[in-house]
Amino acid sequence: MSKISVNGKIQDVNTPISIIDLITQNNVAQPSMVSIQLNGQFVNRDDYENTQISEGDEVDFLYFMGGGQ
Amino acid sequence: MDFTEVQIQRYSRHILLQDVGVEGQEKINNGKVLIVGAGGLGAPIALYLAAAGVGTIGIIDGDVVDLSNLQRQVIHFTPDVNKPKVISSKEKINMINSDVKVITYYKLLTAENALEIIQNYDFVVDGTDNFPVKFLINDACVIAKKPFSHGGILRFDGQTLTYVPGSACYRCLFHSPPPPNVVPTCSQAGVLGAIAGMLGTIQAAEVLKYLTGVGDLLTNRILTFNAKTMEFRTIKTKHNDYCPVCGSHPTVTGLIDYEQAVCEIESLRKNK
Repeated sequence: MSKISVNGKIQDVNTPISIIDLITQNNVAQPSMVSIQLNGQFVNRDDYENTQISEGDEVDFLYFMGGGQ
Repeated sequence: MDFTEVQIQRYSRHILLQDVGVEGQEKINNGKVLIVGAGGLGAPIALYLAAAGVGTIGIIDGDVVDLSNLQRQVIHFTPDVNKPKVISSKEKINMINSDVKVITYYKLLTAENALEIIQNYDFVVDGTDNFPVKFLINDACVIAKKPFSHGGILRFDGQTLTYVPGSACYRCLFHSPPPPNVVPTCSQAGVLGAIAGMLGTIQAAEVLKYLTGVGDLLTNRILTFNAKTMEFRTIKTKHNDYCPVCGSHPTVTGLIDYEQAVCEIESLRKNK
């Protein structure tokens, strides 16, 4: 088990874990509506499967918000 | 500019602020700000910028006031239903502060008119309700080197970031628009009315900070909040070298009119 930070909260996960698996594990209903930052750096959608997360990493899920009117 | 007695009284609470003062208030009065969308976000933004005395406020919106807007679009009143939102907004701004010159555009911002319109302003505020225009504002402002504030709300959540030339833009974080209909908008998913005020006033504060040069803008950061938990987070972001519009090999070099979700177009039609 490794400790990582997801949206500012510590999570215990079995590493290595890919971004796509982390998204599934966090029950994101629509993966296409989330943009991922790993340690403050944007991760390209095409790299979700082959980007591995390790101990101490900070992951942020940024959701598309289209409203305003 | 020399302030009259009446103006000194009107703006006294700004002038008293050590960081703003007469000098800062003058900058506000000389400021030119474009608000895209006179709805949930645009309403509080316009009201606060008008009260603050922003010299020129441009408002672009192609819609008319609908009864379902009044739950959150606080610049529009019940008798304004069916009135163009830009006219309704202008009337209220004039009543709040006659120092403000209001320029209205009763149309949608498009790839064709965006650069021409925004060039007349110091700062652009995104108060729109759809991704095609959010990306259009971003691209136009990056291309024209114009600072802007992005805002998005949905259900109980809000997010905002400020862009100045060189900082992380909206596309640095959100590469390209989601497929139409995948991400719900307020008209499909609903929104708690006060959320619009919470986010819009943050955007208005960013405008005033930019005009006066006070404080640290929300650049290279994105602020998100959830009103159910009342938790606010500021996430650090970085300029993305692979960004399609401001990266080192941009693929977006001109403006694009992305496809609108069908339901949004239908709701626009219904409102006409």
